[in-house]
Amino acid sequence: MPELLIKGGRLLSGTGQARGDVLVSGDSILAVGEGLEAPLGARVLEADGAVVAPGLVDLHAHLRQPGSEVAETIETGSRAAAVGGYTAVVAMPNTEPAIDEVSVARDVLALGRQACCEVSVAGAITIGRKGERLAPLGQLAGLGIHLFTDDGRGVQDASLMRRALEYASDLGVVLAEHCEDESLSAGGQMHEGAWSSRLGIPGQSRLSEEVMLGRDLALVRSVGAPMHFLHLSTAGSLEALRRAKSEGLPVTAEVTPHHLTLTDAEVASYDSVYKVNPPLREASDVEALRQGLADGLVDAVATDHAPHQAETKERPFDEAPFGMLGLETALSVCWTALSDRLSLAELLAAFSTRPARIARLDVASGGRQGGAVAAGQPANLVVFDPEASYEVERARLCSLSRNTPFAGRKLRGRVRHTIYEGEPVVIDGEARR
Amino acid sequence: MSREHLLSISDLGREGIEGVMQLADSFKEVARRPIPKVPTLRGRTVATLFFEASTRTRLSFETAARRLSADVMTFVASSSSLEKGESLRDTVETIDAMGIDAMVVRHRSAGVPSQVTGWTSAAVVNAGDGQHEHPTQALLDCYTIREALSEKMGRELSTDFSGLRIGIVGDICFSRVARSDVLAFSLLGADVTLIAPRTLLPPSLEGWPATATADLDGVLDDLDVVYLLRIQAERAGQVLLPELDEYHSRFGLTRERAARLRKETLVMHPGPMIRGVEIAPEAADLPGSLVTRQVRNGVLVRSAVLLRLLSGTAAGGVDASEEPGA
Repeated sequence: MPELLIKGGRLLSGTGQARGDVLVSGDSILAVGEGLEAPLGARVLEADGAVVAPGLVDLHAHLRQPGSEVAETIETGSRAAAVGGYTAVVAMPNTEPAIDEVSVARDVLALGRQACCEVSVAGAITIGRKGERLAPLGQLAGLGIHLFTDDGRGVQDASLMRRALEYASDLGVVLAEHCEDESLSAGGQMHEGAWSSRLGIPGQSRLSEEVMLGRDLALVRSVGAPMHFLHLSTAGSLEALRRAKSEGLPVTAEVTPHHLTLTDAEVASYDSVYKVNPPLREASDVEALRQGLADGLVDAVATDHAPHQAETKERPFDEAPFGMLGLETALSVCWTALSDRLSLAELLAAFSTRPARIARLDVASGGRQGGAVAAGQPANLVVFDPEASYEVERARLCSLSRNTPFAGRKLRGRVRHTIYEGEPVVIDGEARR
Repeated sequence: MSREHLLSISDLGREGIEGVMQLADSFKEVARRPIPKVPTLRGRTVATLFFEASTRTRLSFETAARRLSADVMTFVASSSSLEKGESLRDTVETIDAMGIDAMVVRHRSAGVPSQVTGWTSAAVVNAGDGQHEHPTQALLDCYTIREALSEKMGRELSTDFSGLRIGIVGDICFSRVARSDVLAFSLLGADVTLIAPRTLLPPSLEGWPATATADLDGVLDDLDVVYLLRIQAERAGQVLLPELDEYHSRFGLTRERAARLRKETLVMHPGPMIRGVEIAPEAADLPGSLVTRQVRNGVLVRSAVLLRLLSGTAAGGVDASEEPGA
């Protein structure tokens, strides 16, 4: 079996950190310890004091295949993920056609098997994500699909969402909501507030997210089935989440790197690279999200990686599509902004351990993600140097698209190597597959 | 140094506004000549790019450019390649390649003139972008108020509006005219009050140099200028507003309200005016109504803006002895 020695790394534990080498054999970790010898013929990767940690898991990536292969494919999206330190991503079902039936799901999963990281799939809750008729959740669950969402849209009909929750609870799968009441957000192109008022751009009120979240929490309370909330963006949403969790409701939530770091003031440039849904909010929301992540209220950081062709982002602001890239920069963006608020171990828990559990990709659920750096564990690892810094360059992105809001920004912390199932798919920041 | 554009009133500041007013004064005399033209911009080309139909504003800009002897190129979206699916960027770059000195841009989307500056080396003038701004409208409004105050009060022309109380009535939220006017009037020192139901106010007035009220009758007697905005018919009878007759009774300049106005109170409207909605049919013809004067001044002010942007610096005006060349 091919062997790999990661030399001179730092291993994080609950109590601190220790120097250590990690010996990988095949797709698993064989040994962890100081001064391990490379067996004859083994590959050696220098960690140079960088942190060796479980590979990152993204709960929320738009890989665009099938349907929009000009913007991204499973191959390019998974390569972008690997460069960002991810060893697993959950592909969102808002493709063309949507992942709302077994044959489409099978195709995506098959393509995912050749990718640079594990590609898990979220199924649609309703046929065509139209919010009218239930998709075959049971058949899709039979393929191992655990998360279901109409992401890109929320399920508008409360009665349908109630029935979907009931139906999903029989199957043991989890529904994930994109909280947006369209009667409140209709026409909105950015956050509704002082900036939208000044710029003359129709806004999306916080209400559109909070009203649907409130509705869904009432449904969860009544039905007793679990639910995951995608990309929460407002202080009010986090307050509602805090109450729900203290009440013991079975809910989890993610926030995105961009909602943790950028505000609606960016839109003053009218550059639609800053156009995203939910929209960039205000500084007070950013602070609430950071607080929620630091104190463990927020379960996961997820990218909502949303590639778009350059031409579509050059349209007038209100005609440009929503969404920005995330996979390649997520960990560095968050570490740069949050290293004074939480430890790297805590941040990595929100990037790996907890999302792996939510997606049921963790070892305890029979998966291979979000484990420990210990002998016998799967060799899905990231080597992250928290002290290195670099500038994001559009031209160097692995994604087919270029719509990152972080181009030209200097970030702290850099992914050096990514090891997927024992294979170094990224070495010194360069994709090798 | 990057080129000067006029995208927002805030690009000009108070001194910029004053500069445009003084330049416009020099065109007043030109406008009265048998051949109302000066050769200042001969050989220069001004393109009007109207992605949203507006014959009045376009004609005003084109007339303004011709009075400076500039060549004028007209691009109207309905007769263009946009319908064939050409992107905004390609359209702008194509026109730019023809050798253009100024682009006057009107678009239904906020921010387009600002985007256009990245795709052309020409000076860009915002002729109205979505619900964002319409800076030349605000400039002509300032010019009109300045002129009317001087005539009515018999005082010198002054761009100092300190103490002047201006009420802007109506559809503030969706109005680019309101956004530019609020900035311009307050830069010149006026007290600005926005008068509208809350549903037609912007969601946030943070940072706006203006106060707001829904009580027109409560403030009407204090106003020196009543600036009425057009209410789009499709706004009424929906969720933001009941039917138009209710709007007229609460926020229209009715005959009764018009009768209450002081003799020197100015009444303004950016046009096109809907009599019977924002203004009673009779009130539109009051002596204090400046509506047609606004239109006339539009040409002067737009000439001033084009000259300012194309002469490189805020030039000192037009030499009155200049005559159009052969």
